[in-house]
Amino acid sequence: MHYMVLCYDSEDVVCAWTKEQEATAMEKLGVVRKKLKAEGKLVSTGRLMPTTAATTLRKGKEAVILDGPFAETKEQLLGYFLLECKSLEDAHACAKELAAASSSAGAFEVRPMLMFSPDGVNP
Amino acid sequence: MSDVAWMDAALTSSRPRAVATLLRYFRDLDTAEEAYQEACLRALKNWPTNGPPRDPTAWLILVGRNIALDGARRRKRQQELPDDLEADEEDLESRLDESHYRDDVLRLLFVCCHPELPATQQIALALRIVCGLSVTQIARGFVVTEAAMEQRITRAKARIHDADVAFEAPSAPERAERLAAVIAVVYLMFNEGYSATGNGAHVRAVFCDEAIRLARLLLRLFPAEPEVMGLTALLLLQHSRTDARLDGDGQIVLLEDQDRSRWDSKLIAEGLALLDKALRHVQPGPYQIQAAIAATHARARTASETDWRQIDLLYASLERISPSPVITLNRAVAVSKTRGAEAALDLIEPLAGKLSGYFHFFGVRGALLMELGRADEAKRSFDRAIALANNATEAAHIRMQIDRLSLRT
Repeated sequence: MHYMVLCYDSEDVVCAWTKEQEATAMEKLGVVRKKLKAEGKLVSTGRLMPTTAATTLRKGKEAVILDGPFAETKEQLLGYFLLECKSLEDAHACAKELAAASSSAGAFEVRPMLMFSPDGVNP
Repeated sequence: MSDVAWMDAALTSSRPRAVATLLRYFRDLDTAEEAYQEACLRALKNWPTNGPPRDPTAWLILVGRNIALDGARRRKRQQELPDDLEADEEDLESRLDESHYRDDVLRLLFVCCHPELPATQQIALALRIVCGLSVTQIARGFVVTEAAMEQRITRAKARIHDADVAFEAPSAPERAERLAAVIAVVYLMFNEGYSATGNGAHVRAVFCDEAIRLARLLLRLFPAEPEVMGLTALLLLQHSRTDARLDGDGQIVLLEDQDRSRWDSKLIAEGLALLDKALRHVQPGPYQIQAAIAATHARARTASETDWRQIDLLYASLERISPSPVITLNRAVAVSKTRGAEAALDLIEPLAGKLSGYFHFFGVRGALLMELGRADEAKRSFDRAIALANNATEAAHIRMQIDRLSLRT
């Protein structure tokens, strides 16, 4: 079974970290990442840019793209697509294609990634 | 992260929203600041025992408001308080939507950048009141004594105390006007930190972090404003070069000589993402264009890969939107790379009158003349630049170019 662990914290606080705090935090986490990798349990990991970098696509007859993160609380996080695109425009085009084929309402938040480690350990 | 570090970060990031809301309640900067400080002291006592609140900002506002209210009641039993004060309590508990804070934070920043204040005082005031930097920190950054800075801030506060700032929600044009003024001050704050060199440089670098923090906050409050995206992108892209732009002795390293592996790739990635997001709106503005210029540099893996043609075009559109001789001077650098030093020199010669007191004008002119082999004229231009240099690092940089000149001839 695959499990996805979603990380929540205040980005105000995390963005205010100094370089040293950032390095310490990553180092501490790196130890566990390596351990879980060795146990064959960690698949991949990534870090998202702050929500200020997000745009949101509202599904519907005509998909609308809005600035900012997904902010509704009536809907829940159900899945994800990881895209590799040259530009935000390209990512939006892919998201629109996916939205058109989607059988549900709701929205896609499109958030650029700050870091993606396909094997969970190496950059 | 330790509890102390978490609390410290939570208090710091809550400050602008909390002080801004308290300012709306009490309509007085000192009362708002004191109430916030008092609330912070309570937080430091209360949070470790009772656990941190889910929404630290709302907690600080509520506690700060009650403290100030008690104080006011004690002082003047009959004093009339703004009548919307009581009604706000319930609303405060569910204050999860950022847009609630939008006009309050904008007002607070706008108060600090009152047009009657000189730019340095606007920056000092914003650093003190909005960012919460200590007077000592600000004084060290501006290389003045603590007493002098204290006096400067007190005077600036007195000046804005009587200023007529509307406390009702601003109209759309008013909001746009306030936002433009606030964006300008955030950019100035960043530059104040970024342009620092030599001894005080590391002290003033804090200003850059604070400016970025404010830009991110503005972006969260105004998520659909392309110029706020442009500003934030610009600051992140420029800040990405911080480690590479001064050498071990605190001397300036020119963009083309910088070790690009020392540029911060995370800041670059975020800056590029924000610029991408801004361009979607197709509403170009000076901050977006400057960010696009910075992005063009950031995308070049080596100096020789720089797309100077693109930079020339971007500066040309910046000239159209906000004409200024300094922008033309910057464009001349791009022109020298695409069309040669002669063409660049032709472009800047007409600026001589307007920029006769500007260090960079003579620096660029000297470099162009040097490239054309006109050594004597180059030397005269560099000498002029040294005379106009703002600090020892700039002068040292020009002296280095003169040394190169004498090696050639």
